[in-house]
Amino acid sequence: MITLTDVSKTFTLHNQGSAVIAVIDKANLTVAPGECVALTGASGAGKSTLMRMIYGNYLTQSGSIRIGDVDLVQAQPRDVIALRRAKLGYVSQFLRVVPRVPTLDVVAEPLRVLGIPAPAAQDRARALLTQLNIPQRLWGLSPTTFSGGEQQRVNIARGFAHPYPALLLDEPTASLDPHNREIVLSLIADAKARGAAIIGIFHDAEARDRLCDREIDVGAFTPQAVA
Amino acid sequence: MTPLLSVQGITKHYGAHIGCADVSFDLYPGEVMGIVGESGSGKSTLLNCMAGHLAPDAGRVVFDTRKPSEGDAADHENHGPRDTVTMSEPERRMLSRTDWAFVHQHARDGLRMGVSAGGNVGERLMAVGARNYASIRDQATDWLGRVEIDAGRIDDRPTTFSGGMQQRLQIARNLVTGPRLVFMDEPTGGLDVSVQARLLDLLRGLVRDMGLSAIIVTHDLAVVRLLADRIMVMKSGRVVESGLTDQVLDDPQHAYSQLLVSSVLQV
Repeated sequence: MITLTDVSKTFTLHNQGSAVIAVIDKANLTVAPGECVALTGASGAGKSTLMRMIYGNYLTQSGSIRIGDVDLVQAQPRDVIALRRAKLGYVSQFLRVVPRVPTLDVVAEPLRVLGIPAPAAQDRARALLTQLNIPQRLWGLSPTTFSGGEQQRVNIARGFAHPYPALLLDEPTASLDPHNREIVLSLIADAKARGAAIIGIFHDAEARDRLCDREIDVGAFTPQAVA
Repeated sequence: MTPLLSVQGITKHYGAHIGCADVSFDLYPGEVMGIVGESGSGKSTLLNCMAGHLAPDAGRVVFDTRKPSEGDAADHENHGPRDTVTMSEPERRMLSRTDWAFVHQHARDGLRMGVSAGGNVGERLMAVGARNYASIRDQATDWLGRVEIDAGRIDDRPTTFSGGMQQRLQIARNLVTGPRLVFMDEPTGGLDVSVQARLLDLLRGLVRDMGLSAIIVTHDLAVVRLLADRIMVMKSGRVVESGLTDQVLDDPQHAYSQLLVSSVLQV
């Protein structure tokens, strides 16, 4: 479902003496449907960078990133948008939303853009928010005022609203208490069971061992001779 | 798929000074394109050239015009992609009343301040041939509701409205005829942040539910991040970078885009 072939990335900082920083060199990676792969490596190794490249958030200089039959590196913006809507989910570490939009609508939004009518989308959102222990009295409020753990759970609810065939998870269990962590892990296990190809970054070693079939050390893709 | 709008080599000079130079892009149905850049970068010139408010020196603005409905007096041969720059003035005016909409930064420029709120919305309907008073008033009421203006204000003049309400009224007036393409010039500029947020949510909902395409000029990067699927970064009249909104904002490639993104104050 997700295939990376010889993927490389450099950052060029034009306003800082045009410094060129190579961050990923010839990364190769394949994730099959129903498989969960963990990205590991020391802080700064490029785990989040690689994940952002797979989402098309960072530009990839060379190689190919195939999600299903679309190559993200070559795709037009509208193809990337269509891919993200229907096939490629991403739970980032931070929630980014239009201020003042109620939590229920924030979670239902990914379904609404796919053309699912509001009542059905909101039913799904209610079910997820209930499952993730977000108190019902908060559903009508914007999540921008919520605590870190609550925002994280709203973000997860939003990311799991639509059954994406490919899913990227950046530290989904960070800032969660043990009970909610269990719930999130079971959501991920369910996604895996229905055949989603999952790439995750987990600092939580126990979660990683439980969910992931393989670990990929991103350090292996770090350019050796940094120019 | 045919692009809804295909902009090809649009160039506009003001004497020796470049307004915008050789700008090209395609916009597809349902897409929202943001145009960002500092003031003087040519983004408003470009918008006005595309919307037919300014005549470009060179280039084409090809719009996929709608097939006229049965029994319509309009020419049945002349539909599909057409260059709006070389179109006759009456045709372009018709387009700007039907399939196109233009939301000005200052609501006063887009509203008739001496006419009631309902009249402002109804006027655009009458311009496309609506004559039944009750139905015009019903549609006006419906649209005031959609932009969250209390139906009780329908007979009030926009001069009695707040800035945010005027802006929402301008949007209702523009969208009542069911346009397919909306041009917006700094739609949230000059509004305080809480009103901005509400307007952003409203615009997003309308784009999603009506399948609108939109071109939004703004200098506010937070606004484009939330509204636009794609952006173009302009500097000195030229497009220096374009692409997926979050990609250009999070991993800008051009020196100027990097400067623009890094200059935003963190809240």
